[in-house]
Amino acid sequence: MNIDLKVALVGNPNTGKSTLFNVLTGLNQKIGNFPGVTIDKKTGICDLPDGRHAQIIDLPGTYSLYPKSRDESIVFSVLADRSNPLRPDLVVVILDASNLKRNLLLYTQVADLKIPVIVALNMMDLAKKSDIIIDVDAFARKLGVPVVPISARKIEGIDKLKQAITFANKFALQEDTIDVEALAPQLIAQIGREIEVENPYFALQLAHQHETLTFLTPAQSNRIEELEHEFSFHSQKAQASETIARYSFINDLLYDTVTKKETAQDQTISNKIDKILTHKTFGFIIFFAILLFIFQSIFAWSAYPMQLIADFFVWLQGTLHRLLPSGPLTSLVVDGVLGGLSGVMVFIPQIAILFGFISILEDTGYMSRVTFMMDRIMRKVGLNGKSVVPLIGGFACAVPSIMSTRNIENWKDRMITIMVTPLVTCSARLPVYTLLIALVVPDRNVWWIFNMKGLALTGMYLFSLVSAVTVAFVMKFILKARERGYFIMELPVYRMPRWKNVGHSMYDRAKAFVLQAGKVIIAVSVILWVLASYGPGDRFQRIEDKYKQPRYTQHLNAVDLNHVIASEKLENSYAGALGHAIEPVIRPLGFDWKIGIALITSFAAREVFVGTMATIYSVDGDAEKIESVQQKMHTAKNQDGTPVFTAAVAFSLMMFYAFAMQCASTVAVVYRETKNWRWPAAQFAYMTVLAYLASFITYHLLK
Amino acid sequence: MRLSQLEVGETGIVKEFTDLEMSVKLMEMGCLPGEEVRVSRIAPLGDPIAIHVSGYQLSLRKREASTIILQ
Repeated sequence: MNIDLKVALVGNPNTGKSTLFNVLTGLNQKIGNFPGVTIDKKTGICDLPDGRHAQIIDLPGTYSLYPKSRDESIVFSVLADRSNPLRPDLVVVILDASNLKRNLLLYTQVADLKIPVIVALNMMDLAKKSDIIIDVDAFARKLGVPVVPISARKIEGIDKLKQAITFANKFALQEDTIDVEALAPQLIAQIGREIEVENPYFALQLAHQHETLTFLTPAQSNRIEELEHEFSFHSQKAQASETIARYSFINDLLYDTVTKKETAQDQTISNKIDKILTHKTFGFIIFFAILLFIFQSIFAWSAYPMQLIADFFVWLQGTLHRLLPSGPLTSLVVDGVLGGLSGVMVFIPQIAILFGFISILEDTGYMSRVTFMMDRIMRKVGLNGKSVVPLIGGFACAVPSIMSTRNIENWKDRMITIMVTPLVTCSARLPVYTLLIALVVPDRNVWWIFNMKGLALTGMYLFSLVSAVTVAFVMKFILKARERGYFIMELPVYRMPRWKNVGHSMYDRAKAFVLQAGKVIIAVSVILWVLASYGPGDRFQRIEDKYKQPRYTQHLNAVDLNHVIASEKLENSYAGALGHAIEPVIRPLGFDWKIGIALITSFAAREVFVGTMATIYSVDGDAEKIESVQQKMHTAKNQDGTPVFTAAVAFSLMMFYAFAMQCASTVAVVYRETKNWRWPAAQFAYMTVLAYLASFITYHLLK
Repeated sequence: MRLSQLEVGETGIVKEFTDLEMSVKLMEMGCLPGEEVRVSRIAPLGDPIAIHVSGYQLSLRKREASTIILQ
């Protein structure tokens, strides 16, 4: 589609910016990443009344062009960098009409960059409710820009806004807000001459932000640094006086155009809700109830759609096997690629459900209360109040949980959360634990009511939380902070969630996961599939020939024969060879080569352990039917006649699965969220080392 | 008197800051000299606190609040 006009949406957080974006663009949205950073880049197409098409860019919410976090720094670089393909022709600044004063700071900064601006006064209904009366015409006159009152939630004033966008000037006509040049006259003039910027405020911003701006050449950046020294420019002092000047402009502006009666009603309602939701005891009870509910929903509600997706792929694979000629290519496509695709798609329900909830929590304003309540405990271990949600979500699945860390603004807190979330016992570990616990823990009650098996499982869950917190605490000292840890955060007024936004968020996240993490997961599954389905030389052929002999075919029925063949093939596959090869390494943990094979095949997904055990011990079994596997494993003997699965081995294995990063999807998603292979690599390394140590210690303690 | 010393419900007027870097951020958020602030609640665990300033609610840690000196 032809793009005639580029429009950027700029505004404070919680001003209804994304709602307006959704209203303007409908379903014509594209979500990507800003290059090099993990900030969602949302663009969409809006049809203007005159038939032209405007590309709308939704920039991250920020209170100021001076960024507090990396996310916020995107705003200035998009607005200012002339070579940026997203650089807008027009900026729509969204102001929360019920809180104009703080919102106007960002407006004055954007306006001084002299990009054409339109003001969208959002939440006029709320302002009216709070007895705030705004003289819109006087307001527009004073600013010198079109001001359009809208209500993005109720879809009011949107047509007027589209009209204003259509007829917007190509030139910036807004009034100056403050005397920018007075802040650093010589420096601004000199930067203007040398870097060739006409706009004084742009020059000043370059002086402040040159160290982090990627569009400046190193030479330019160094030159600006020199100039700063020459004119003894102090960035923070200059920012302070700029902000004071801007607020004095804003106070004058509001004095003439806005009247407000005291005690806003919405505030008091919000206040009443806060009294309960951040109450000393009820606050925590409600929060944990909500967490439990979310956890339960990801766990329980997603089971049914996940089963449907899995069944669909099984059906598709069966059908394709019947329709296509059998051969290595068919096998690769149907068993390898489709198998991997199934492994990707199966995450969609969990991702959608978690993001549905997170979007509701964010939208209502409750998420910032969570941060408010949990900050003190979480800070002690190097985490953020917002880390609670990913950590608890990790009990269901690390994949959506790691994706949800995006709303943690602080870089260091976010990284630590990403690094420790996979330690939390996810649902894929459950079948492994159930199988192993059933094998070695007696089915007895202690103190009448506590079942030992249940206790062992609960123990594993609690242990995982403790280890996640401990690792976070250690990482707090290892990781260097990129920015000073501020907590200064708005507690927005409580609102009803906007269901359209919730839906958008669920859809966007699921799509992003499939498109971006999916490739890696499919690649890994195909490799593992090849390893397990092919063997070196003619070994497979020999196995098939061997079992065609009448002494096997006559004594075993077809099903058992297939099991035996599958078992022997697996043993002789590349995966089997690898299992044998790593035996010396895993022997100290109490594992034999059979367990080695299972470790390799479950490398992409932990739950595969159960299926591999079933194949190795030549029985039919999957996560649902583990009794037969259990039986076989129970009677399995070493060459010297001792049982393979002693308590020491079983617990050692559980420890291994508790720590090891046996999940290709998590690796892929960590890469997607950090945009650097070093993070998933470091995570994989530390988790494997911990797994090995924990297994080793457990095995030798219990042996 | 510092902002961190106020009890819930008490008000004060911002006079100055002791930390330049923090003051830049606080001022951007509308917490400027001359502005009235009211402590609206304290988090259940005693930190952070929530204050009412220039028409909205802002939360900040006690350590951050202690950089704000009141009149």
